[in-house]
Amino acid sequence: MVAIPSRHKSLVLLAGVIVLQVLMLAVQIKRDSEGRLIRVWTVGAVSPFERAGSSGFGWFRNAWRHYFALQNTTKENEQIRRENDALKLQVAQLQGKAAEADRLALLLNFRKSHSDVPMITARVIGTGAGTASLMIQLDRGERDGIHKNMGVITPDGVVGKVVEAYPNASQVLLLTDKESGVGAMLANSRIQSPVGGQGEPLLVMKYVPNDDDVNVGERVITSGMDRIFPRDLPVGTVAEIKPGNPFKQIRIKPSANLERLEEVLVLPSLRPLETKGEEHPSNAQPAPIASSSPPAVRR
Amino acid sequence: MNDAFDIRGESHIEVHKFRAGAIIIATLLALVIQASFPIHFARAAVLDFPLLVTIYFGLSRRNPSTGLLLGMVVGLLQDSLSGPTVPLGLYGIAKTIIGYLASSIGARLDTEHPAARFALTSTFFVAHQGLIVVTRRILLAQPEPWFNMHLIFAALINGLVAVFLFLLLDRLRRN
Repeated sequence: MVAIPSRHKSLVLLAGVIVLQVLMLAVQIKRDSEGRLIRVWTVGAVSPFERAGSSGFGWFRNAWRHYFALQNTTKENEQIRRENDALKLQVAQLQGKAAEADRLALLLNFRKSHSDVPMITARVIGTGAGTASLMIQLDRGERDGIHKNMGVITPDGVVGKVVEAYPNASQVLLLTDKESGVGAMLANSRIQSPVGGQGEPLLVMKYVPNDDDVNVGERVITSGMDRIFPRDLPVGTVAEIKPGNPFKQIRIKPSANLERLEEVLVLPSLRPLETKGEEHPSNAQPAPIASSSPPAVRR
Repeated sequence: MNDAFDIRGESHIEVHKFRAGAIIIATLLALVIQASFPIHFARAAVLDFPLLVTIYFGLSRRNPSTGLLLGMVVGLLQDSLSGPTVPLGLYGIAKTIIGYLASSIGARLDTEHPAARFALTSTFFVAHQGLIVVTRRILLAQPEPWFNMHLIFAALINGLVAVFLFLLLDRLRRN
């Protein structure tokens, strides 16, 4: 047997470990990505800490912003400022509670106004651990009825879809992720085309021919063609239009604030929602489909 | 503390040992912070705490084998927490190599000075992102830009945070 010089042992180990991981990557690329045991274990082990961390960071942030950060004061004003800080802290806490109450009331109203449509309310407890995917983690999972490929929304609009459901947590791929997409249409002209993410704050509407009229500020809603989201949910508004070859380059500002999500609704079924101020689908004009647009694909 | 030997056989660089469980706890904490921090501070997503921890322990332990194994474990855990769109091994490969490089450089240079730590961490951050782009382009056939100004900004921010984070982690060393 060939002996490896000790100074080369770490290089051999490095090569072995890299080859092992490359093989692992290759295996994953060939197979459809089902939930893997290491993901289940890791998420199961880390999600309790994320829950605790989520509460702890909120407390720390409030304390830092409204107390410690204000300690750099003169002695003369120290007493007054301390009282002021305490009051500010109380006000901030009350405002935080009021804001939370408002958000929850909004969710409750939304749920009440669509009481015939089953929805599961969930809290956001974490984000993706890397910059490679735009993802959030919810505090509810399979035990609460959440399954893979369910749509996730807020009263403002579409958020994304569930990509993994664990017993007590689930992972949601945000609409802005490169791999994400939703069947959508323009609210006025009813032109249908998928909308996808680019890894940036704005979305992209694909496959709208240059001949079709689209205006900045026009609303984009779900078409229901992806079999994940019911039709007529707000997706966003047209923010930018450029001519392209052969399709227009349309960038869309998402309706939901995807950078500051705290509570969301998971849709277990495709029953249609009637959103405020929108035309009922049955009264709507027949939707002209963009001539070159491919059919919406279930992702 | 033990002494490491450079290529001329001269002993001059200390190998630091840590309190029991310090590496495991610091690693898990970095992963939890990485997953929780951006909820409250959206701009904190630019930081890569698991990478900073990998670099720190690599530079301090100065053993390439343990450095690369720690990098592999941290990277795979980060892959696991990044959702199914990130294949297991993407961060694993990058952090394995960074762990190896950090511990190899740590064994040859004195990396205790804040300026050295800033420069090394910023460089390792750029290298780490480069490895991810290479993996994505070659193995996953996903088009990724090679370079942008955001990368330089992120590298400098991570280098700056590393200077203070490393001072905190120094306290975990066994005297």
